[in-house]
Amino acid sequence: MIPLSWYLIVAAFLFSLGVYGVLARRNAVAILMAIELMLNAVNLNLIAFWRYNSPGIMAGQAFVLFVFAVAAAEAAVGLALIISIYRSRETVIAEDVNLLKW
Amino acid sequence: MELPPIVTTILAILTDVFTGINDLLMTLWVDTLGLSEQLAMSINTFIGAFALANFVLLNLILTIWFERKVSARVQDRFGPNRVGPWGILQTVADLGKLLTKEIIIPTNADIVPFFLAPLIGVLSVITIWAVVPFTPTAIGADLSVGALYFVAVSSLGLTAILMAGWSSNNKYSVLGAFRAVAMLVSYEVPLFLGLMIPVMLTGTMSMQAIVDSQLIAYFFVMPVAGLIFWTAMIAEVGRQPFDVLEAESEIVAGYNIEYSGFAFAIFYAAEWAHGFTICALMAVLYFAGWRGPFVETIPTLGIVYLGVKVLVIYFIQVWARFTVPRLRLDHIMNLCWKFLVPVMLVLLVVTIVIDKAAAALIPNYLAYLNPDLPYFQRLTGMLPRAGVLLFINVIVGAGALLAVSRQGRAERERIEALRLAEIEPAGPMAPIETGAD
Amino acid sequence: MTFSIIWIPFFLMAAFTIGGGLGVVISRNLIHAALFLALSLFGMAGLFVLLEATFIAGAQVLVYLGAIAVLITITIMVTRRLMGITETVNRQWPIAALISLLVFITLTVVNVNAFGAVLEPVAPVPADDITLLGLLLADAEGYFVPFEVASVLLLAALIGSIVVAREARE
Repeated sequence: MIPLSWYLIVAAFLFSLGVYGVLARRNAVAILMAIELMLNAVNLNLIAFWRYNSPGIMAGQAFVLFVFAVAAAEAAVGLALIISIYRSRETVIAEDVNLLKW
Repeated sequence: MELPPIVTTILAILTDVFTGINDLLMTLWVDTLGLSEQLAMSINTFIGAFALANFVLLNLILTIWFERKVSARVQDRFGPNRVGPWGILQTVADLGKLLTKEIIIPTNADIVPFFLAPLIGVLSVITIWAVVPFTPTAIGADLSVGALYFVAVSSLGLTAILMAGWSSNNKYSVLGAFRAVAMLVSYEVPLFLGLMIPVMLTGTMSMQAIVDSQLIAYFFVMPVAGLIFWTAMIAEVGRQPFDVLEAESEIVAGYNIEYSGFAFAIFYAAEWAHGFTICALMAVLYFAGWRGPFVETIPTLGIVYLGVKVLVIYFIQVWARFTVPRLRLDHIMNLCWKFLVPVMLVLLVVTIVIDKAAAALIPNYLAYLNPDLPYFQRLTGMLPRAGVLLFINVIVGAGALLAVSRQGRAERERIEALRLAEIEPAGPMAPIETGAD
Repeated sequence: MTFSIIWIPFFLMAAFTIGGGLGVVISRNLIHAALFLALSLFGMAGLFVLLEATFIAGAQVLVYLGAIAVLITITIMVTRRLMGITETVNRQWPIAALISLLVFITLTVVNVNAFGAVLEPVAPVPADDITLLGLLLADAEGYFVPFEVASVLLLAALIGSIVVAREARE
């Protein structure tokens, strides 16, 4: 089999890509996509640890299912907010939504 | 009577044709060519997958011809009758025409998604066949998550539609893609719920086990669920009466308007193959797939039974396609969210509760699911459950029809009243009188 | 470590995942970013298959590719008026790149130090893993309450997003 650490490296790389995307992208939808990447990296870690450390206990898979639920809810609400902001302010750039900023 | 050994070998292969060919090839690879066991198995898997994928596409030549013939009969025409006997080679001629046409790429089209979309579309259909069981012994891959695999793979089609619609750089194709996605996402809900019925009754998502447990086909046990599932499936492939995503008279041709030549042919193939594939899945999930007399002893008969069932279902689908007029988009949505989904949810919940209660009350209620029992014992063992489930279905179905008829009457009366109110004020004195009220 | 046939799908799927991820954060065209996201999610499903979590792989394709990627693509199409005009990254992108690089290095060092010696799984996956998962989710000792909470969360998100995104009448 493939060593566990390789999966972890893939997940770490994906997670740091997500971090970069969240910090650097301007478009709110792009930021959401980067968040999805980070959630996926976590999922890969969970499944890899489940497979290599405790395949008899299904807790790892159950956690991934909860992450799916949270990711779906987050995407739905986040995109709804973006559409709503786009309607009222004609922009999806995160920096331009600055009414509450000093 | 003594038969020569060659005849008995051939008979043995014919009884279980897929396993026979597999063993024959294995002996060829391992004994004659001296390959390792693992490599030989990989080669056989590859050959099987290759043959299956090509079967799906080549089969289109027959199904398209069949559909054109049936539609011609419905519309009192002859249909294709020039190329080949009974016009059977018409599709080949059409394919030749499409292959020689130029592939026109629209200005500012996004080339990579533009050409990737038809490939993903056809991929999402062909890969479904990996979990269609052909005989008791032959299935592409008897996944323990077969049913989930089917819905997961077919949801890739959505991506293909969006890619095609957007990358064509045409407002009609984007509109068509939006309509398609809105409809397909909505109809996924009753589709999944309908898929849950066989999975729940069998207790597994493996397609082979689902077919094996249908001593009585689920369609005759759960007719309401079967009909809703079938409707959702037809909507999912976007055939008439649910073809608003194509609607050539309204939005020209939907998401694939800008495709021409071979790229269009692939889309076309994906769509028609999907139409045939859902019939196979309907046969597998609700009409007991390969089940039929003597199939336990002669597995090859399974292909015949499956083929006949698929063809009958396909015929009914084509028949419906050319007799039922197209629904309006909002009507389609109403049908899905206000009728199919609630009925299916009620049916699911009632089935869960009553089935569990019956399992606790009736002895040996689920014993028939054990595949080691003899056939007739299993068949009689399923009867109590079939009775209970059929009772649930009749009650829920009748309730749903009653509710719909009451709703329909109320709606008719409301519209009638509106119409009268519109006509009345046109009279000379009417406005004053209503104003006084 | 000797070469084995399972490395080929692993590298392929890892390349899909990482390449897709790179595409998401780099590409200027948002639709391309969304398609790259789909590629990345697909590669992730492949990695789940390699890890023998078939149910999770199926759910991944269904939830992420069939729902979330489609949702994101449609949102981009609906809100695309300013697409391509503005810069894709903000002023703090060098710091962001540095931070993410540090995150990557930290995670990799920690992971390799702690788990670099784990080459083989401790046990094979049980044959009835999906049944076990289902029982765990329906078990009051297991994850019954979180499961119900997750369904309430999804319902709340459904209603909330409809309320937020609906166009105000009158």
